[in-house]
Amino acid sequence: MREYQNIFTNIQVRGEPEMGIDLPDNEVRDGKPWFDYWLGKIGNAQLGPVYLGYAGVASVLTGIAAFNLIGLSYLMQVDFNIAVFIRELFWLSVEPPAAEYGLGIAPLDEGGWWQLVSFLLLVSVGCWWLRTYSRARSLGLGMHVPLAFASAIWLFLVLGLIRPLMMGDWSEAVPYGIFTHLDWTNNFSLNYGNLFYNPFHALSIAFLYGSALLFAMHGATILAVGKYGGEREIEQITDRGTASERAALFWRWTMGFNATMESIHRWAWWFAVLTTLTGGIGILITGTLVDDWFAWGVKHGLAPG
Amino acid sequence: MALLSFERKYRVRGGTLIGGDLFDFWAGPFYVGFFGITTLFFTVLGTALIFYGAAIGPNGLVDGPTFNIWQISIDPPAEELGLAFAPMEAGGIWQIVTICALGAFGSWALREVEICRKLGMGYHVPFAFSVAIFAYFTLNVIRPIWMGSWSHGFPYGIFTHLDWVSNVGYQFGNFHYNPIHMLAIAFFFTTCLALALHGSLVLSATNPGDDQVVKSPEYEDAYFRDLIGYSIGTLGIHRLGLFLALNAAFWSAICIIISGPIYEDSWIDWWEWIRELPFLVDAGQ
Repeated sequence: MREYQNIFTNIQVRGEPEMGIDLPDNEVRDGKPWFDYWLGKIGNAQLGPVYLGYAGVASVLTGIAAFNLIGLSYLMQVDFNIAVFIRELFWLSVEPPAAEYGLGIAPLDEGGWWQLVSFLLLVSVGCWWLRTYSRARSLGLGMHVPLAFASAIWLFLVLGLIRPLMMGDWSEAVPYGIFTHLDWTNNFSLNYGNLFYNPFHALSIAFLYGSALLFAMHGATILAVGKYGGEREIEQITDRGTASERAALFWRWTMGFNATMESIHRWAWWFAVLTTLTGGIGILITGTLVDDWFAWGVKHGLAPG
Repeated sequence: MALLSFERKYRVRGGTLIGGDLFDFWAGPFYVGFFGITTLFFTVLGTALIFYGAAIGPNGLVDGPTFNIWQISIDPPAEELGLAFAPMEAGGIWQIVTICALGAFGSWALREVEICRKLGMGYHVPFAFSVAIFAYFTLNVIRPIWMGSWSHGFPYGIFTHLDWVSNVGYQFGNFHYNPIHMLAIAFFFTTCLALALHGSLVLSATNPGDDQVVKSPEYEDAYFRDLIGYSIGTLGIHRLGLFLALNAAFWSAICIIISGPIYEDSWIDWWEWIRELPFLVDAGQ
């Protein structure tokens, strides 16, 4: 029965590695591809080659630098005692400057580390965005990945840059620590009167859960029509086959409505993109436009006063 | 009639689990079947009871009736009623609505199985849906029974169920510290990321812009290998997406079933075991 359920690839066909579609003349890929049997059980077995490029190298280097500076700051906080570092790892934190520093530069051990790490992260994320753009450009693909990534960057910027700027000091930003960023989230809700009453937070959660729902529905549907070649989505989009027809009819008969092989990916794109887009709006207007979401909810009839 | 151009040849008899040919027909675009009838029964009864409950009140903190959609709330029985059947106006409606919900969800899943059989498809969708039903069943049946009172179920109201989440979370200090909650959230975020990337990739290949031809899956593979050194492939991404989404739902259920029945204290304090590890406890500071 197992082989009909399409959960694992039972027979792996392995030829010469694919070196990828030709890139423009001045761009080269690096790395000798290799194959991993266990990856091949669920997807492609081939790893590599990869395109490095200036933006990619800059992104990885600044990202590693930010990560290591966080670790270095933790180590300094525990006087380079490795055992304490391990013990306290989840509690340690790189905190943003205190409110009295406003939007200025703070000394290293009073928020300067946080500012330095944030700057490196910003460069890293920006360079990675350039990479998503330039790779799509070089292959002649649409700009859907960089656009979607921009929506995630919007939330990142709201949390660490735009909202602190609007509130007038860096202390509003999220600290870099496992537990401290969870505390920040918790306190953010408490300080502004229960974030569950923020309609943009509600939308963001609905799109997040909706994303899981959509991917469960879509992934399951495609696997269920796998024996008709359903996973060959581009072919099914440009020349509809029986896999696409059965997938569509399944949902039509179930809930009276169906997407097409192309439009399901538009649903997917919008749900995922709107998660961070609405989430960013919800954070940005908290403390700037609205100080107490519960009071806002009572005023607008969401809850009895 | 709501038939797609290619639909007629797929509308064949058979594949039913129960009832033979009796309910083997369509209503507009909907397949009916035995489980369509039971879905309809449970849905109509449950929805009517919610209207009834809203009309007689109380609705959460609203003492009397309300038809404010945000404030309607069908609340579970009080703690002292334990696992008994409650009077209609004191949690009985919630109990019957819960039965109706499970009846409707179960019927819907079985109807999906029948449709899968008609269309010669695998059972992946009803299986996936049953994970969501399991999460609901965990919250409002397993956990209340385990804790000895239906009062531990969540109320059926838009903002009252959010209040329930809030209140239950703070009963355990800070629910963000629940390690299984962390895992579930990580799966939710990863699912959203993977969905964005999958949707984007397919759309970018089929909508490459003016003066560009539609691209093949070789381009999709090339894009992801260029970007991160690995492309999971057209089949693999759907396995990964289903895996991530189902894990998000599954671990969400686990993170709440352990809170109360198995662990009753603050999740913040739970982590102190790390600080008490024998080889770390005397490390200093």
